[in-house]
Amino acid sequence: MDILGFLQSNADQALYLTWEHMWIVGLSVGIATVIGVPVGILITKYETLAKRVINAANIFMTIPSIALFGLMLPMLSLFGHGLGKVPAVIALVLYSQLPIIRNTYVAIKNVPPAVVNAGRGMGMSNWQLLKEVELPIAIPVILAGLRTAAVMNIGIAAIATFVGAGGLGVYIQQGIDRVYDEMIVAGAILVSVFAIVVDGGMAGIEHALTPKGLKIQRKQSK
Amino acid sequence: MSIILRKIYHTGLIALLLTLGVVAERVGLIEYLSDPYEYPYILKLLYQHLYLVGVSMALATGLGLLIGIALTRRRLRRFAGVVMYIVSLGQTIPSLAVLALMMSVLGIGSRTAIFALFVYSILPIARNTLAGITSVSPAMIDAAKGMGMPDWRILLEVELPNAMTVILTGFRVALVINIGTTALAYLIGAGGLGDLIFTGINLMQTEKLLAGAIPSTLLALLGDFLCTILSLLLVSRGLRLADSQ
Repeated sequence: MDILGFLQSNADQALYLTWEHMWIVGLSVGIATVIGVPVGILITKYETLAKRVINAANIFMTIPSIALFGLMLPMLSLFGHGLGKVPAVIALVLYSQLPIIRNTYVAIKNVPPAVVNAGRGMGMSNWQLLKEVELPIAIPVILAGLRTAAVMNIGIAAIATFVGAGGLGVYIQQGIDRVYDEMIVAGAILVSVFAIVVDGGMAGIEHALTPKGLKIQRKQSK
Repeated sequence: MSIILRKIYHTGLIALLLTLGVVAERVGLIEYLSDPYEYPYILKLLYQHLYLVGVSMALATGLGLLIGIALTRRRLRRFAGVVMYIVSLGQTIPSLAVLALMMSVLGIGSRTAIFALFVYSILPIARNTLAGITSVSPAMIDAAKGMGMPDWRILLEVELPNAMTVILTGFRVALVINIGTTALAYLIGAGGLGDLIFTGINLMQTEKLLAGAIPSTLLALLGDFLCTILSLLLVSRGLRLADSQ
């Protein structure tokens, strides 16, 4: 099997598909963050709501991705968006909610009460407490949630090819249809490498954004 | 106030169910499902789906538990870090890519699908078994040793019961991912409910699409629910009490 040769002769297309994959995932993780992080923060204030929201997000996570595309297709085709990138992005946003909301909720719940009380004693308002105490301490865990969401979305975006969203899944889909082994393997390897690279990159960002004080504390506790 | 809210909630649910029923009738789902030539085929696909999930999950649970337990034994413990690194790397790889790679190596058919599903489902089970057993408090194991328990009894009577909650979480994750990935097994020629979904999308036949998508969704939700029941049966009562407090 000459996978390198295949990639060389199709370099332009492979790059374009990677780019397409990247922006579908990027856009949906972006939207999901804008929705999920505030919801996660909000439900730390309303305990009864927290369980329901997390359960609801959990149900979406349980639905098989191709079945979710199938269920959305008739609904979205009423608006003329049954196939294409719209269902893909909606599904990815729905799937991302669980890791993002849950991690935000857990992270903010786990901020030591002593630290919050110290902030309050310094006369911080609720908003200041959130911005300067709770969020910086919670940020590593929130980012871990984003990382899970991003890696998962790369896999689901590959499946979204079957509803016409494009991306690297195209190679797998067309390779299977044409019984073209190089194409299938090239697609599978590109998607996997993409997922592994994003996973590593997000781990790096997580490390970079962890406040210095927390890193020192972690070293000491080891 | 809460009574009124609950009434509104229940009425809303019933209204939603009714609307869904009407929609199902309008798009021809009911007619499709009750077609005497179609429903044996749908049942056959459902059976295939269950078969793929059942066989691959049974194998994966066995091997996953074995790997997890083996890596916590004294002699193999130093490999735990390396194996877990490989496992987490393996989980980063998308399910479709795993299926596609397996197909290009092993060819098409249900055996390939079962193997791919099996490999993909081992990872969460092995990881959680390892994590669960490692997190059992050493004091408890010391106590068991002090009572003169041999290693295998410590494993069966102390370590596994205490790790059960975590192991079951891994099993749940594996099962849900497995049911979802089985829907893709159609692509490598293994049948299952994915057959109806993909054909439905390609032909834009809504009733066919829904006849595949709805059962596979229900199956996943059912699997999730079964895991909840399983945790009631398998987790010892003392641990559940400690959790709820």
